[in-house]
Amino acid sequence: MATDTLNSPGAARARAVRSSLRRRHLSEQIFRGFGILAIALALGFVVLLFVDVFRKGIPAFVQSNLHLSVTFDPEIIDVSPAPARNGFATEAEFTAASLAWQREVALLNWNQVIEASLRQAAPAGTDIDSRTLLSIAETNARHQVREMFVANPTLLGQTVEIDVLASANAANWIKGNINRELGDAQQQLAAPARALIDTFVDNGTISNGFAWSIFTNVDSRSAPAAAGLLGAFAGTMWMMLIVIVLAVPIGVAAAIYLEEFAPKSRLTDLIEVNINNLAAVPSIVFGLLGAAVFINWFHLPISAPIVGGLVLTLMTLPTIIIATRGALMGVSPALRQAALGMGASRTQMVFHHVLPVTFPSILTATILGVAHALGETAPLLLIGMKAFVASVPATPLDQATALPVQIFLWQGNENRNFFEPRTAAAIMVLLAVMILLNGVAIFLRSRLEKRA
Amino acid sequence: MKTALFASAAVIALAAFGTTAAFAQSRDTIQVAGSSTVLPFASIVAEEFSASFPEFKTPVVGSGGTGGGLSQFCEGVGDNTIDIANASRQIRDGEREACTAAGVTDIREVQFGFDGIVFASSANGPDFALTPLQVYKAIAAQVVVDGALVDNPYTNWSEIDPSLPDQPIALAIPASNHGTREVFQEKVVSAGFEEAGAPEGLSEEELEAAETTFRQDVVIEISGDYTETLARLNSDPNTVGVFGLSFYEQNTDTLKVATVDGVEPTKATVAAGEYPVSRPLFFYVKGQHIGVIPGLEEYVQYFLSEGVSGEGGILEAAGLIPQPAETTAEILASFEAGAAQ
Repeated sequence: MATDTLNSPGAARARAVRSSLRRRHLSEQIFRGFGILAIALALGFVVLLFVDVFRKGIPAFVQSNLHLSVTFDPEIIDVSPAPARNGFATEAEFTAASLAWQREVALLNWNQVIEASLRQAAPAGTDIDSRTLLSIAETNARHQVREMFVANPTLLGQTVEIDVLASANAANWIKGNINRELGDAQQQLAAPARALIDTFVDNGTISNGFAWSIFTNVDSRSAPAAAGLLGAFAGTMWMMLIVIVLAVPIGVAAAIYLEEFAPKSRLTDLIEVNINNLAAVPSIVFGLLGAAVFINWFHLPISAPIVGGLVLTLMTLPTIIIATRGALMGVSPALRQAALGMGASRTQMVFHHVLPVTFPSILTATILGVAHALGETAPLLLIGMKAFVASVPATPLDQATALPVQIFLWQGNENRNFFEPRTAAAIMVLLAVMILLNGVAIFLRSRLEKRA
Repeated sequence: MKTALFASAAVIALAAFGTTAAFAQSRDTIQVAGSSTVLPFASIVAEEFSASFPEFKTPVVGSGGTGGGLSQFCEGVGDNTIDIANASRQIRDGEREACTAAGVTDIREVQFGFDGIVFASSANGPDFALTPLQVYKAIAAQVVVDGALVDNPYTNWSEIDPSLPDQPIALAIPASNHGTREVFQEKVVSAGFEEAGAPEGLSEEELEAAETTFRQDVVIEISGDYTETLARLNSDPNTVGVFGLSFYEQNTDTLKVATVDGVEPTKATVAAGEYPVSRPLFFYVKGQHIGVIPGLEEYVQYFLSEGVSGEGGILEAAGLIPQPAETTAEILASFEAGAAQ
């Protein structure tokens, strides 16, 4: 019986299957192995990137503050009294007088005020010249004190406790961003300044705190320690607003028309092919286009978020059109036929029945498109947004930079020791904004899908 | 859904309206672009200017290199063109012609100080003491050996001169969009070429080619900022980079400077004219924009004031080598007189 089965045709097939089975299992295992390896590699690179950015960036969220008691010495602050509103007949006259007074205040040597308070904070008998002493505090300290005085001229003669930023070089020394073992010639700060900083750290005059300045200040070159992201953040927000306001309605409308209403013809085929091609055009090309069309032809201002927003809109449009068309295509024909069968018009069918179903997909595609536009840098460089802007854009027509461009600019700053961490910090902020946007996309999608 | 559509349509209409309205509105922010050497100085002035002149907006300072800045400057007159081009060299005749052709006829040159160009290498590497002749021999495509031009045979610095370190030749120099390149060519390479003595019987074109053609294998042209040059040095510690003196001074912990003709570049040696590779820094102001863009004249006056670009001013602290006060006074006077050629 046994030999019978062995020689039967069925047994031969079973043998063949069994021997090939091993081979097939092996190939499956190899494939799975490659898959796991690919995932491990991809995750490994992402982890490496994040660890590197976080390791460099986290220390930049700590800033060194100098706690000083500043005396508004009338001998240094020798100005006429501030003009009062009731002394002038018209608002314009008062504004002019007030500006003239502010100019007078600005021309005073406010560094003397800072120097005096630094000297007071230093231990008695410290021998240090004024330039070395001032190198400890960031250069914006004098503007900070001046602005306090302009806002409240009654401070004259009084002493106030304030926190000013330690200079970028002082922060480098405290954090050890610069090698503390190097000799005098290779250090940025003179020996007496370094010794005094260490004394200040020991006696608590210099304390570390969270670097709010990154979020509340605009970019700064003259006071690097005070450089922040507020201006770039505002610029990015304006651009995103323009992208959402323009790209979403235009993109969705175009997709609905092409998918639901347009007759199938050579022309619509051509349009479809072109939209798909547009989605693959490198972003730098949109930048060139933007510079040529919006700036040179339409005479829109350079470095302005409106141009950036328009360029990014062009870039995002194909993505949104394609995603929306895909979503519309996925709606079951039964839904359409049921609507039409109940006597609904085409428009009613699309807007009352088809579109609401696709809403979650369209929303997700939009947010992902916007997130993509958020990180886009190349086209912005070509429309003049790669400029140093030290103000917050109040309108989309004001000059501004964007978050990714700010990263690019900080990366090029000459104070490497200070700006390398700060660049990593800026990257972390940009990543956080992106993750937030993607999180909102996922949240909205899951909520809307449940409802639908 | 319908209301959402109407709302978006209204917003689009509004945006379009806002855009057209913008045409009529004149720009009230000074727009600057150009040399990356001048950029840090100009940015500092921009910030301090807005602190001292509360009625004006903070000027916007872009980069792009001297060549890029001047070509933007020469695009024409009007709101969408820049007001000031920063330059680390003087404007060329060709650029002036391009300007004139585009209607930019009132170009006012302002020189505000000096900068040294230095050769720097990794702080951990050996010391370099260079001469223009050695640099020329290191990078020229063809060098003079026994009175004839031959392909450059040198691979190590020590082959050029025994006093130089035994290290492969690699030099990162600014690309031609930077004004620094022209100064490097003129003050270093051409000087070295002349010292080497050109062989007899060459045509003018051949001479010029011998003077300006570099070996592509050891010369790295950097079109970005000095940080890009620094990144090159970090990735290949054998590289010698060309930097601005002010950049080097802020990175003395990672860079070591080379002497040229035995002189170490410092603010003092450049100011005294002892260090050979230095150049004046400029910015060019579009005269036709004065009185149109608010604050333009005040910006120039503020830039040239004693406390800013003078001795002991804020720019000196940032690495600028100030020019004598009399020179500044003359330049300011000719700027205000509108001395356009």
